[in-house]
Amino acid sequence: MKYQLYPLGDQAIVIDLGDSINKDIHQRVRTVMLQLDEQSFDWMIEYVSSFTSVTIYYDPIKVIKAQSCSSPTLPYDFVAQTINRLLQTSEPKRITDPQVVEIPVLYGGKAGPDLKEVAQYNRLAPKEVIDIHTSKAYFVYMIGFAPGFPYLGGMSKRIAMPRKPTPRLSIPAGSVGIAGEQTGIYPIATPGGWQIIGQTPVKLFTPSYSPPSLLQAGDSIRFTSITAEEFEALGDKHD
Amino acid sequence: MIKITKPGLFSSVQDIGRYGYQKYGVSVSGAMDSISHRLANLLVGNDEYQSTIECTMAGPEMEFHQDCLLSICGGDFNPTINKQSVGMWRPVWVKKGSVLRFGQSIEGCRAYLAVSGGFDVPKVLGSRSTFMRAKMGGFQGRALKKGDQLKTGRASAVAEQIQRLAGKKDGPIVSFHETNWFVRPPYSSRFKRKLPIRVVKSKQTEWFAKDTQNQLVERLFTITAQSDRMGYRLDGPEIKWKEKKEMISEAVSIGTIQVPAEGNPIVLLADRQTTGGYPKIAQVTTVDIPYLAQMKPGETLQFEWISLKEAQQLYLEREKEIQQLKTGLLLKIKGG
Repeated sequence: MKYQLYPLGDQAIVIDLGDSINKDIHQRVRTVMLQLDEQSFDWMIEYVSSFTSVTIYYDPIKVIKAQSCSSPTLPYDFVAQTINRLLQTSEPKRITDPQVVEIPVLYGGKAGPDLKEVAQYNRLAPKEVIDIHTSKAYFVYMIGFAPGFPYLGGMSKRIAMPRKPTPRLSIPAGSVGIAGEQTGIYPIATPGGWQIIGQTPVKLFTPSYSPPSLLQAGDSIRFTSITAEEFEALGDKHD
Repeated sequence: MIKITKPGLFSSVQDIGRYGYQKYGVSVSGAMDSISHRLANLLVGNDEYQSTIECTMAGPEMEFHQDCLLSICGGDFNPTINKQSVGMWRPVWVKKGSVLRFGQSIEGCRAYLAVSGGFDVPKVLGSRSTFMRAKMGGFQGRALKKGDQLKTGRASAVAEQIQRLAGKKDGPIVSFHETNWFVRPPYSSRFKRKLPIRVVKSKQTEWFAKDTQNQLVERLFTITAQSDRMGYRLDGPEIKWKEKKEMISEAVSIGTIQVPAEGNPIVLLADRQTTGGYPKIAQVTTVDIPYLAQMKPGETLQFEWISLKEAQQLYLEREKEIQQLKTGLLLKIKGG
């Protein structure tokens, strides 16, 4: 596996696995995550994966302790050596298939005020937009921006549409939107310029759950279309 | 119980931060000046991870409905108890019924109030820090308001010893007692002398021309009014990328200096998002974050390049200093 290591400040290291957003690099990111999950380095605080890299945050004091010698090497150098050894000499014991999470969505109407516009913009019927949006699985490339917010890849260009020129002041939690060639779900109510085509009753982030985020980098999701009644029923269940 | 009678400009409960959940998009948060936060805790017999109240620019006013051992560290907000000036960087024993008032900041940007036992707010995802954007943690997920009532946790055995020390004074009964000794934060001389903020190179430093990299350390930058716990927006020479290139979002950390296309750098701080999509010209060293966090909007600063090796050595030395401070403090407490 090809990769490069870079420092991110004096307490983090970046494992850089490529420079474009695609499935292959995403797969490498997943592999590194699985390898790290199998380790229990005392000095590793946590890691964050993104489209093309995995960043490890470390505690330099614990790195020094882990070396247990009188002339320890620089924390960064020790961490880099350890990562090199891990990535060059081992494979993850088990490459699990990504978890597929189903996201039920009530499309159009009040839940998706921009569905008609997205359809018109792409010369499609609203129903066709829904069919395309629900037709394939999406990769969760990374979680960021807000708690539980997934950066998804794999949306069809046939339903792409630029953001709104003026963002809405508040978009309700669970809103499913389109921005350019990306689709996403807002975990919390926030201002935003996405074209909102629907809403899910599923909560993406619940601090009392472990893990608190429904989705994790490396998962894949599939949207399904539900009725207003199903939305109500599911909403009750999740509250 | 401690009752907030005036909230101040922005006061929130913070601890050392929320770790382990960045991969779910949860910001770390925590005290901006972690050194003052840690020292304030140590001075009242808490461990360094306990919660404190972080006050910003203009501090709060509060009533103590219980006797309390407290300490105030960080920026000097001219704190008083029952209108009498109270010392900072030391344990203070305050009697029930007293009023602690912070004024405007005279020096520094953030003051920290620790009480023995810490503030008894629930831990959310392992931390008591307030994460404002997600309305999570701290006191009801928000900044303190007038009328809020905060309970304190159970004080440690050390706290009782410190309490005796702070209270050991002859003379008339007054509303509070303080020790005549105090500690100094390890960064105080850099702060007083306004020495440059030290930075190290980042993955995208080379996205900026050599001239631009030089400008970053040769020119002065002003901390703008659009600066908060998320980050400091700086105003100074325009920092432009060599060429227009699309960057793919990736993880950031505290002290990341990212540069949007318009050319004004942003230093990411405690409430930063976990990932960012702007090129990073540099990273502020961990040792200089507390010092930077004490600088106010409107103030100017200068950067200085140092090597990663120097940055890590400085950090290890800094932690050693804090360990020594801790040992010294314990000796003092035991010695009475």
